[in-house]
Amino acid sequence: MLGFGIALEPLNLALVIFGCALGLFIGAMPGLGSVNGVAILLPMTFLVPPTGAIIFLAAIYYGAMYGGAISSIMLGIPGASTAVATTFDGRPLALAGKADQALITAAGASFIGGTVSVVLFTLFAPPLAEVALAFGSAEEFALMMLAFATFIGLGGDDIPKTLFSICIGLVLSAVGLDIISGEPRLIFGGLPGFFHGINFLVLAIGIYGIGEMLWTIESSSDGVKVSQASFGVGRIVLHLKGLKNTLKTTLMGSLLGYFVGILPAAGATPGSIMAYGMAKTMSKDPDSFGKGNIEGVAAPESANNAASTGSMLPMLTLGIPGSPTTAILLGGMVIWGLEPGPMLFVEHQDFVWALIASLYVANLAAMLINLAFIPAFIAILRTPFTILAPIIFVLCLVGGYAPTQSLHDIWLMLIFGVVGYLMRKLDYPLAPAVLAIVLGPLAETSMRQALIMSDGSLMIFFERPISGTIMGIAIVLFVLPAAKIYRSSIARKNN
Amino acid sequence: MRRAELVMALALGVLSAYLMVKSAELPIGWIPREGPGGGAFPFWLSAGMLVCCVLIVLRWVLRQSPVSRSAELYFNPAARGTVMIVIIALTLMIGSIHIIGIYFAIPLFLLYYVRVIGRHNWLLSLGVSISAPVISFFFFEIALHITLPKGYSEPLFYPLYDIFL
Amino acid sequence: MSIVSKKLRNMVIPVAVAVASTLTFSTSAVAEWSPKKPIDFVIMAGKGGGADKMARLMQSVIEKHGLSSKPFVPINKPGGSGAEALLHLKSKKGDNHTVMVTLNSFYTTPLRQPGLGVDISTFTPVGRMAEDTFLLWVNVDSGIENIDQFVAAAKAAGSDWLMAGTGKGQEDQLLTTFLNKAYGLQIKYVPFKGGGRVAKELAGNHCNSTVNNPSEQLGFYEAGKTRPIASFTPNRLPLFPDAPTFRELGKDYVYFMQRSVVGAPGMSDEAAAYYRDVFARVYATDEWQAYMTKKSLMGGFLTGAKLKSYWAREKAIHEVILKDIGEI
Repeated sequence: MLGFGIALEPLNLALVIFGCALGLFIGAMPGLGSVNGVAILLPMTFLVPPTGAIIFLAAIYYGAMYGGAISSIMLGIPGASTAVATTFDGRPLALAGKADQALITAAGASFIGGTVSVVLFTLFAPPLAEVALAFGSAEEFALMMLAFATFIGLGGDDIPKTLFSICIGLVLSAVGLDIISGEPRLIFGGLPGFFHGINFLVLAIGIYGIGEMLWTIESSSDGVKVSQASFGVGRIVLHLKGLKNTLKTTLMGSLLGYFVGILPAAGATPGSIMAYGMAKTMSKDPDSFGKGNIEGVAAPESANNAASTGSMLPMLTLGIPGSPTTAILLGGMVIWGLEPGPMLFVEHQDFVWALIASLYVANLAAMLINLAFIPAFIAILRTPFTILAPIIFVLCLVGGYAPTQSLHDIWLMLIFGVVGYLMRKLDYPLAPAVLAIVLGPLAETSMRQALIMSDGSLMIFFERPISGTIMGIAIVLFVLPAAKIYRSSIARKNN
Repeated sequence: MRRAELVMALALGVLSAYLMVKSAELPIGWIPREGPGGGAFPFWLSAGMLVCCVLIVLRWVLRQSPVSRSAELYFNPAARGTVMIVIIALTLMIGSIHIIGIYFAIPLFLLYYVRVIGRHNWLLSLGVSISAPVISFFFFEIALHITLPKGYSEPLFYPLYDIFL
Repeated sequence: MSIVSKKLRNMVIPVAVAVASTLTFSTSAVAEWSPKKPIDFVIMAGKGGGADKMARLMQSVIEKHGLSSKPFVPINKPGGSGAEALLHLKSKKGDNHTVMVTLNSFYTTPLRQPGLGVDISTFTPVGRMAEDTFLLWVNVDSGIENIDQFVAAAKAAGSDWLMAGTGKGQEDQLLTTFLNKAYGLQIKYVPFKGGGRVAKELAGNHCNSTVNNPSEQLGFYEAGKTRPIASFTPNRLPLFPDAPTFRELGKDYVYFMQRSVVGAPGMSDEAAAYYRDVFARVYATDEWQAYMTKKSLMGGFLTGAKLKSYWAREKAIHEVILKDIGEI
């Protein structure tokens, strides 16, 4: 309660609202995610006391998480890796003229995800920190296998092309430095730009931004189509009521997202992907996923918000950032003279509770601000395509440049966009490649670390209780779709 | 469509083989007591890509995949020109960033696109092309402190920095 | 080992350089030159790492005290153990608006990858802001309290004794190799990304020991989860009075992580003077001094020819160590 007193002080409240609005816009820009928002604004926070500063940054963080969904749904370009899964169904919904429903569901699901996770955080922070500590490389690898298993069904019907897409995503993720041997690898043509690897955003903006726009230009050549987007207060209420239909998915996504989020190094991306995969697997109508199923928006959005709160837990209690954004927040705390780690909860209780309370407030504020801006976002969709298209190209360009500030990445983005467009015309599913480039480095590094520890014995993944259990679930999930395909092919033969 | 499917599969096959060779610069085998070497992960996945390409070609021969049966043209003839023009315009824009900088490349691209491809009136075209770089400048350089590339046009911005920073 | 230690003995870095040198810089007439545009503040490491945190602290201090008329804009270039950052700086020859925060990969990466063609002696010295210290850490659950127990346990475990560290051929591995040679051990080195992660591996009992910086282990140490066994410093650290130095233990071995700022090669003298002044002032701020005390950092502000000769000395030391462990 003391925390709420601090969070609701006028200055702090103003910071929350300002931070949420700012975060919303930064998150909605393709390319700029919460990481950039928080990093850039860090020095600004010297102007206010530490508690206010961290509250401000948390608000930006939340605002950007909400904002990420906006560019995923409206433009089909994930602004950050956490919002990739939201494009799968959000974009088809927007194209079908249901952008308002998708945006409102995203906001509602994010709110529920945020709330569930903050409650869990409030009640169980210290014991959960022990769980995070027990997670080593073997467990991390098992978790990555689980994430891969949940998205195995995300590809198209053409299995070789789906597998190709996964493989190329993983290979691209290997570019740069091999952490284990310390050697640079796959430095094509010795270009220095490859040393930092291929940023997820470069591939995602290339494929979903440039590639998607080229695709739209081609398919709309015989008369420019404008998405029909209608909007009214009545529809807000209607869609908010509709949230209860997706409540089960949302709650599941929230829990899953939170627990994946508290694990160091995992962050919000695997959580949102797994939630999407899980929603699809458990759905009565899995085939409608990817074509505009509203649950496909609710699941990843609830999960990524829950996970972003979750990833604050290892940061605060162990001093290890669960995501790049929390890494920067951590730096901020150090600047303000707060020492994250097990003692933080003991020595700086007021700070911890103020932060938690501001998470509640920021969550609510971010949702309300988001809802208030939806009409403006919908209006953007009514802009003539020949004006919108070049602006989106420019946004892609600038957004792709901002994170690494290297023109090399812009060229790569153009190449990915054009090649992705050409591949997409031939039914190559590209979503698996985008997901693979995010999960690839985590999976490879953790596997090799575990194997060094075990003297090269693969049994390490099965002997340890947590890792063994997760591996078991992953294997079941891998086998299920295969069995399903086998059964249906037999059934087809019999027919 | 049918020919495109084969050409793409072969091209990707060549890419896979190249990636395998490139990955093999680091050890690709199993290092005793350590697990896979630095090149193993990309090497075997590239091998997987190659296998997929072979399968895609096989399915092409057997006419199993929908695109390999399709008689449609790979490029919709009506749109082919526009798509090519857009790709060329994008390439020119990115190339010109190196020389004239982003704040001159963007308006030229926008002006061309909105006025020539979109056939909108001059007022709207100029409005869009001038406001975009101005907004970008204030959002990125002033508000977020991210410097965008300016090529040889850089000195022109010194007075702006003096005023706003 | 003996060769290395002998060489090291002659080369041990003087720890404290009088802060007075700082003051001379700030009082000397401020250079006429001032930046015309935001300054690229390149960070040789990824977001959230130790170097990144420190760079962002410097940036914040500069901004808070208005030490520069144009902002410093941090850009992370972590690729290839700093290779990308070094190449970037090299390509900025003659540029007056690019400075970089470096760590020890400033020496090791050009040595390990001669193909880069990077010669660090061409870079413009700006200022050494601090030297980070290293200690040997174990988990308290292991019951190990001193170096003898450590050596006994590590000997018994042979190559099953795991040392977590950051990156191959980097600082942590150099120290691990030292331990192996000095005490006849067979410790196995497991690379992780980032010192925070390494610290957590130890606290979670996923490895047996680490050679973390104090800032990385402090949280776990204060919570009573981990324990420092010995320090790689010339004198005991005030923060950990119970941890003896390796010198006290009869192994003369001192190792630091430099945190210094360098400018692009061929930077104009006026610009270099400007940046030297800015960072000398940063060094003298209360914020920076408090941070140094809190994180147990050592080293005074060094600049100009002194910094250059410091780099030359450190580079030579690293060349010997890297040759010794067969990395080059």
